[in-house]
Parts: sequence; C-alpha cells; structure tokens
Amino acid sequence: MANLELLKKTATQIRRDIVRMVHACQSGHPGGSLGCTDFFVALYFHAMKHNTAFTMEGRNEDLFFLSNGHISPVFYATLARAGYFDLKELATFRKIDSRLQGHPTTHEDLPGVRVASGSLGQGLSVALGAAQAKKLNGDGHLVYVLMGDGEQQEGQIWEAAMYAAHNQIDNVIATIDYNGQQIDGSLKDVLDLKDLKAKWQSFGWRVIESQGNKMEEVVATLEKAKNLTGQGVPILNLMRTEMGFGVDYMMGSHKWHGVAPNDDELKRALAQLEETLGDY
Amino acid sequence: MTHYTFTEKKDTRSGFGAGLHELGKQNPNVVALCADLTGSLKMDAFKKEFPQRFFQVGIAEANMMGLAAGMTIGGKIPFTGTFANFSTGRVYDQIRQSIAYSGKNVKICASHAGLTLGEDGATHQILEDIGMMRMLPGMTVIVPCDYHQTKAATLALGNHVGPAYLRFGRPSWPVFTAADRPFVIGKADKMIEGTDVTIFACGHLVWSAIEAEAALAEKGISAEVINVHTIKPLDVEAILESVNKTRCVVTAEEHQMNGGLGDAVSQVLARFRPTPLEMVAVNDSFGESGTPTQLLKKYGLGTENIVAAVERVVKRK
Repeated sequence: MANLELLKKTATQIRRDIVRMVHACQSGHPGGSLGCTDFFVALYFHAMKHNTAFTMEGRNEDLFFLSNGHISPVFYATLARAGYFDLKELATFRKIDSRLQGHPTTHEDLPGVRVASGSLGQGLSVALGAAQAKKLNGDGHLVYVLMGDGEQQEGQIWEAAMYAAHNQIDNVIATIDYNGQQIDGSLKDVLDLKDLKAKWQSFGWRVIESQGNKMEEVVATLEKAKNLTGQGVPILNLMRTEMGFGVDYMMGSHKWHGVAPNDDELKRALAQLEETLGDY
Repeated sequence: MTHYTFTEKKDTRSGFGAGLHELGKQNPNVVALCADLTGSLKMDAFKKEFPQRFFQVGIAEANMMGLAAGMTIGGKIPFTGTFANFSTGRVYDQIRQSIAYSGKNVKICASHAGLTLGEDGATHQILEDIGMMRMLPGMTVIVPCDYHQTKAATLALGNHVGPAYLRFGRPSWPVFTAADRPFVIGKADKMIEGTDVTIFACGHLVWSAIEAEAALAEKGISAEVINVHTIKPLDVEAILESVNKTRCVVTAEEHQMNGGLGDAVSQVLARFRPTPLEMVAVNDSFGESGTPTQLLKKYGLGTENIVAAVERVVKRK
C-alpha cells in the first residue's frame, strides 16, 4: 500500500527544490517540472523497483528514461531525494563543473541517468531498445519513459510507436505529460495534435487516460498500467497535468516553460510550498 | 619490394556481412539492427542464424539509432546497418545525443558510401560522412580497404568499447590484402615502403594508391603507401614517421576534401610538421549517376589522379 501522505509530502518538498534550483541559477524549466512532480514521486517512491546503487546496465530492476530532458529539475530533485546522490548537489544545477547539466547527461556519471536527453523525440526509442534488451536477458522488469506533449510533434516518436506495437514490446510503460503547452504557446495554436489518444490507439498501443496532479490517481494509474503489461501490447499513459502545478502564478500558462523566478517570485512560490522534509 | 595482386573482386559490404556473422557466433551479446536493407548490407546470414538477435526496424533510421543506444544499456553490442547516407546525415542528432554524448557502445555500419555507389546518383552517394562522424567527440571512424579488411574491422569492433562508425561500399573491388593480415584499430597499415612521397589512402582508394605506386616506380619515383583505415583516432605517430622520411604527401579518399582523411592529415602536418600536401578527393561537389569507374574518373579520384598529384607534390618539396 502506498503511503499517500508521505508521497504528497515528498512531492511538496521536491516542488520547493525545483523552484529553488531554478532560482539559484536563474535558468531552467520550472513549469513542466512542477507539473510532473507527482508522477516522478509516484514512480520513484512507489511504482518502480529500482536500485540507488546505480549501474548503467540496470539488470533486475525497473528503468526510467526522461525524453523531455528540459524538465531536468524534477528529475534531479527526485533522484537526490530517492538517494541516488547527495541532496547538496542540487545547489550546483546548471552551474560550471556540475554533474547536474541543464539537460540530463551520462557524460558526468550522475547516478540515475542512463542516456542524454534534451533534443526532443529520442527517449522512446532508447526506452524500447532497453526494453528489448531486458527481454533478451530474460529480465522481467519494466521500462518507463516520460515524454512531453509538444514532443509528439517529432517524427521519431511515431517511428518508435509503430515499432513497439509491431514488435509487441509489452514491458514498457510510456507516459505523456499532456499539459497542452509548448514554448511558443498552446499546442492547439502552435501545431494541434488533434486526437492524440486516437493516434496512439491507431498505432497499436493500449491507452490509459489519467490526471497527473492528484497523487491518489497517479499511483492508481501506474498500478493499472503495470497490470496491463505482459499482454503483447505497449502501454501509453496519457496524463493530463497542469504546467506549474503548486505555484499559483505559474499555473495554466506556457509563460513559465523556461523562465526562472526572481527573488520576490521565489518567496511567493515557497510560501505556497511547505518545507516538509527539509530543504537541501 | 612489396607486391600486391588480386585474384578476385568482392564487395566490402560482404566482408562486413561475413564479419558480423562470425561475431554472432563468438559473442551472444552482439545484436544487429537493419532499416529495410538486409540484403544490401549482407546481413542475411546473421539474421538467419540468430533471428532473436536481429531487429528489422523498417525505414525508420532515427528510431534505429535510439533502439541501439537503449540496447547497450542491457549489455548488448548493437551493429546498425543501412546506407552511409542514412547512417549519418539523416540521423546525426540521434547519433550525437543518444550515442556519442551518451557514450553508448553502438557500432554504426554504413554501406554504399561514396561515389562508387554508382547509378543511384548523388542523393545516395554521401561524401560528407567521414567528416560528420570524426567531428563527434569519442567517435571511432574506420574506413577499410577491401573485403578481408572490412571483415577484420568488423570483428575488431566486437571487442572495441565505445561508439564507432564503420564505412564500406557497394562495388566489387580487388581483394588484395591477406585474410590473416593483422588489423588494429588506430594503427595505420604500411602497405609499401618508399622514400620520395607518402600516399595516405583509405577505403577503395588504397588499391588505387597501390596501382599508382607501380606507375610511379616506372617514372623513378619511390612512393610509400600507407593505409589509414582508422581516420579517428588517427595514427599521428605513423604519419609523422613516414613524412619525416619522404617530406611530401598525397592523400586519397572517396570523400569531400572537407572533413575527410586529407583534412585530418593536414591538421596533423600543419601542427607538427608543415609539409607539401596534395589531396585526391571530391572538390566541394555532389556526385551523379554513372558506373563506379566512370565516376571515379570524372571526379578526379582515379589512379592517374593520384599519380598526377604525386608528380605535383614532389616538385613542391
């Protein structure tokens, strides 16, 4: 059973971490990070079987890949809070000589990161390769991948979607952060995805629709997704989120996609996010 | 005097196919991915014997590069196969981020490189791939010269750790190296000793350089021929050792002047030993349809072009 209260406290603390990290270097992507925090917490503190004694190969454990690498603040804060590396290192985010690069990389040997991401559209392919390697190795664990919704505009996503269904890669759970926003505005205005659910279904995936900012539902959705694996069909979690969730002035707009709060804005954000587990 | 001859012609891509098949037997972690060109890449034998380790990805090269990167995470050693154009230019960003920057042990195997692709024309005749690949930090770039060397290079890559690009071709070409000739990644292979000029060549043009050496000998010019099968890491020591003796250089390759072997050798010489140098390579141009022989002649990559370049460069000493 999930300890929902602890998961919620962890999410609140990680939201504080995200805002403080982005403020400290005056750059980075708070909007999508805040919107996906509940998902990351449910994944790393409940759903995934993973080992903080990190090995690149990750045999006999579940793996996670972040395709939309720009939401690195939530990825790093989650990894640190889960015990992959010292919390204090979060203070180095986007600064010179840091392992916490603007976009995640394996180049600096940061535990928990298995591929570089940032140039969009590539993570699903990598996750599918890792999932097929698990099958070859007789390793029954799962591979999770998170993509952005704007990222669905990249062609490689659809190459990968086609491949997964054709090859019955049923040990992968892909999630789309469906917040409806991208840098230049709403997806509807920039390049409308139209019926995204129908697109994925027509590519041969089993699609679960969910709400990504209610911890109870995120946990339940991941449980449901896990139960659907192993049936010859890849699983897609189409997860509605709100960009900037948890910080009122960042919510519901693409404006905070890649903008850092100033000193005053930081104070206003932290006033809304209780320090539950101790700041780094 | 070293003498090379050949009794048969074979395509270098078949050397790759044979090497891959053998690697499949040697190492259960070797896997192969192909983007709808299994026959063209000569991957059929591997596919037939190891169907569980062969992945048909369809005409979706970007996905193939990502899949390969992901498979390394499970300890696999993926060899991707498609034409050189689709192995590099089409998927440069996937290689850059998911493979090179991520330090993944993917072997990018590229056939139909260069003008000798022939009749398909310029859309498929990539002449920029060596440059693109050698610019990527940590990428090993290998351009073997004939069937046997392509097979040897493929086998060597099975034991090599890190991202690598293996470039080979389509046409039947003289098989002039012995099957057991040693092949070491990063070590240039001196084919013929000489004293007046060094010809550094790679790929199909190593044979042309050997033919040029014979023609030059008749003119009283002693040429050293070095097969620089590994463009990166470049064997700087071997280059300088030879040039210290001959004091002038011709490079020969089936690639643009920009970015290729000649460019790489020039950098070394400019830094460590300024030396007269002539390049036999494509001069900032796309190719066209024709037979391999016609194309090599038209674009200045024939044996006679190497001979002429040597005659020019020895006068510049």
